Amino acid sequence: MPDRTIVCRCEDLTLEEIRDLIKKGYQSIEEIKRVSRCGMGPCQGRGCRQIVAQEIAGATGKNMEEIKMPKFRPPVKPIKLSILLGGEDKNA
Amino acid sequence: MRNTADVVVIGGGVHGCSIAYHLAQKGIKNVVLLEKNYLASGGTGRSAAGIRHQFGTEINIRLSATSIKMMENLAGELDYPHGIDLMQGGYMMLAYTESQLDQFKKNAEMQNSLMNAGTKVLSVDEIVRITPALNTEGLVGASFNKRDGHVDPFHVTQAYADAAKRLGVEINTRTEVVDIITEGNRVTGVVTGKGEVISTPAVVNAAGPHGAIIGKMVGIDIPLYPERHQILVTEPLEMFLPCMVISFTHGTYFKQTPHGSLLLGVGDPEHEVKDFNQESTWQFLEDVARKITYHMPALKNVRIVRQWAGLYDITPDSQAILGKTDIEGFYLDVGWSGHGLQLGPVVGKLMAQVIAGEKPDIDISVMSIDRFKTGALIPEPACV
Repeated sequence: MPDRTIVCRCEDLTLEEIRDLIKKGYQSIEEIKRVSRCGMGPCQGRGCRQIVAQEIAGATGKNMEEIKMPKFRPPVKPIKLSILLGGEDKNA
Repeated sequence: MRNTADVVVIGGGVHGCSIAYHLAQKGIKNVVLLEKNYLASGGTGRSAAGIRHQFGTEINIRLSATSIKMMENLAGELDYPHGIDLMQGGYMMLAYTESQLDQFKKNAEMQNSLMNAGTKVLSVDEIVRITPALNTEGLVGASFNKRDGHVDPFHVTQAYADAAKRLGVEINTRTEVVDIITEGNRVTGVVTGKGEVISTPAVVNAAGPHGAIIGKMVGIDIPLYPERHQILVTEPLEMFLPCMVISFTHGTYFKQTPHGSLLLGVGDPEHEVKDFNQESTWQFLEDVARKITYHMPALKNVRIVRQWAGLYDITPDSQAILGKTDIEGFYLDVGWSGHGLQLGPVVGKLMAQVIAGEKPDIDISVMSIDRFKTGALIPEPACV
């Protein structure tokens, strides 16, 4: 039975979809992210990257420490453009 | 890994994968592709994912129009079920001075006469009809092509890679090239970081900003250097912006992707680092916020999700270096200077023709490395 457990809530990806991608040969978080958008939503992977890492480790027989984590890039949590305008725009 | 190959391709971006596919399609099936990291991990996957007819040099106009036609049928041709997320809503290039508009008119005439591209020059009223939210202060017109647009860089690369593999190409990711073996004046092999040696009479350098390092392995100086460019992406919104908007005056560009998110970029070559640094800067966030909300004030309330950076492989005239070299069997497809993704399909095909000893469908001799000796540079006026 397909596993409909949601792994990436932002992009609506299931455990089954992640496992299929790993089977197809995408065996790093970076690659899975690029083909599926996993971890590219508003939470930037805070929910899913550990789960994906565990799945990759399980499927490839590696330790969790060997699974490379993607970089957190600014601004880390979504912020409005107006916040960056600082004091320049009183109407922001 | 195979220890002999007819051709070794260095670089798993869109160009490397397209070359490998087109070689195999010609019947040159013992092709090995070596990628230091993973597919599309460099400039391809970090790009703004744009395709456009609107260039200002004959060679780029011929290449891009042909490549966009190939993109329009690519998912079918390569039998790639996911598709490549091609979206053709146009590119709008804003003109803020009459001389800029004149240049766009000249470019549009060349695009239309050479390739029947369908590029139009728009009045400010026509601009507002397409992008009502745009600030028109100071605008005098724009150049617009409806068939320009967006394509997913990862999936284009993956589509070529999958199709190449089905034709017998061997793709090795996480495999760095550390040396190229030559005998006399010709290539005979490639050495990987794992110590393996592949005997081969032909090597293609499609290593992007690392291309100069690969060139040194055979004693060739390739005049290219890496230059960081930054970009950011917002939360997804309902579709409201049909086209990419570019201002060469401000060094800005922004568009909405099929996913709904907006990509916002500002080019700042004077202040960007010229090395392999791909870190993001806070300064860039502030710069984008100020410049993009000037163009489109309504974006103030949109949330930024992530910024990232990638490397352009810049040459003295911001044009690619293609074709044969003085070392027999050593071929170049590097130096795209920030507009390479969209040309992956056509250039992969042309490079395969050159390597097979055929006359390429489009004459690419102006892009030869020899132009830096003769001084016949081909500066492209339409670049961010």
